[in-house]
Amino acid sequence: MSGAGLRERALAAAARVSDPEIPVLTIGDLGVLRDVRVAGDIVEIDITPTYSGCPAMRVIEQDLAAALRAAGIEKLRIATVLSPAWTTDWLSAEGRRKLAEYGIAPPAGSAARRALFGSDAVRCPRCGSAQTERLAEFGSTACKALYRCRACAEPFDYFKCH
Amino acid sequence: MSGTCETAAAAPLVDYALRLADTALILGHRLSEWIGHAPVLEEELALGNIALDLIGEARALYSYAGEVEGKGHDEDALAYRRDAGQFRNLLLVEQPNGDFAQTIVRQVLYSAFAQPFWRALARSPDATLAAIAAKAEKEAAYHLRHAGEWLIRLGDGTEESHRRAQAALDELWPYAGELFERDAVEDALVAAGIAVDPAALRPEWEKNVADLLAEATLRPPASSWMQSGGRRGRHSEHLGHLLATMQFLQRSYPGASW
Repeated sequence: MSGAGLRERALAAAARVSDPEIPVLTIGDLGVLRDVRVAGDIVEIDITPTYSGCPAMRVIEQDLAAALRAAGIEKLRIATVLSPAWTTDWLSAEGRRKLAEYGIAPPAGSAARRALFGSDAVRCPRCGSAQTERLAEFGSTACKALYRCRACAEPFDYFKCH
Repeated sequence: MSGTCETAAAAPLVDYALRLADTALILGHRLSEWIGHAPVLEEELALGNIALDLIGEARALYSYAGEVEGKGHDEDALAYRRDAGQFRNLLLVEQPNGDFAQTIVRQVLYSAFAQPFWRALARSPDATLAAIAAKAEKEAAYHLRHAGEWLIRLGDGTEESHRRAQAALDELWPYAGELFERDAVEDALVAAGIAVDPAALRPEWEKNVADLLAEATLRPPASSWMQSGGRRGRHSEHLGHLLATMQFLQRSYPGASW
């Protein structure tokens, strides 16, 4: 198979791998998948962690290897790259839509505009109200905070700006 | 690899990365000791998440230190097979959790330094340090916000929470001086722009801490005497006890994996 054909097939398989903690998102949506290259007959994949201590990275590597094998690609090198550092700005528009649909409020605004104190203005992913309050700065995973909607009274996860 | 791990840290860059890694790991381990004991569930999750961030930072820094050192030490060798005298962490972070106020004061004093520190290091021409720092800076911002809000709540809370927060501040204050120390290990790295000059961060730290203390109705301790030694491997007795727990498995079953 030609290098371009191989790369295309590898990229399609890799981009479909879902995040183990937020399965509604693929690593392509998240921006965790940074690059897919072909060197000779070897496929090289770069991934980058969302948070320094993200425990999902090892699982993502395993899932990637399995997805590529299922696509008939055996010769594979997966590298974790740190630079440039991942930011929620890389979350695709499609990813943000899927998050909200899943019940997780997507990051509000840009990572660059982050207040030291006070909380971000977050809309409820269920009813859309802006009348929300932060219950806890840290939620079920490193990337989320716990919020509550004052309009519909439902608690929800918020994907923090990072 | 032998059971012990000698890290003479000849190269200043190795020593520098180890100091940062050790501080992040030891603080991360301390915070993880709260798991199962935190006052409320949300706080359990918060302290566990902050610990995870710090241990993640440590892992990246250990891997880099091992790579630069070039003696085949991986992150586990550096974290689990060095003794207390070889650890280069700040004395502040090895201090016991104490009560919740003590944990929060320790976190405020460290995070108020860590955030501007990582922000400055993110501009380092060393691409690996810069990348680790760029991520750690955002994490430190959340850590500071969380600990800062708690400090205000405790200091400006009940009579008992105020008393405990003030006692914790008085107890830990002498460990803050070490944050801003600089020695021969860093001099050449700072001159080359690779490392951050910690003294330059002092005005920002002092202002942020003073503002927080004022809002928390806490009194900055008058004492200016400061502890020193952690970055040169001279530690309080607490570190040995911490390592005995943290390193137990790898010491008993070297190279164990599952």
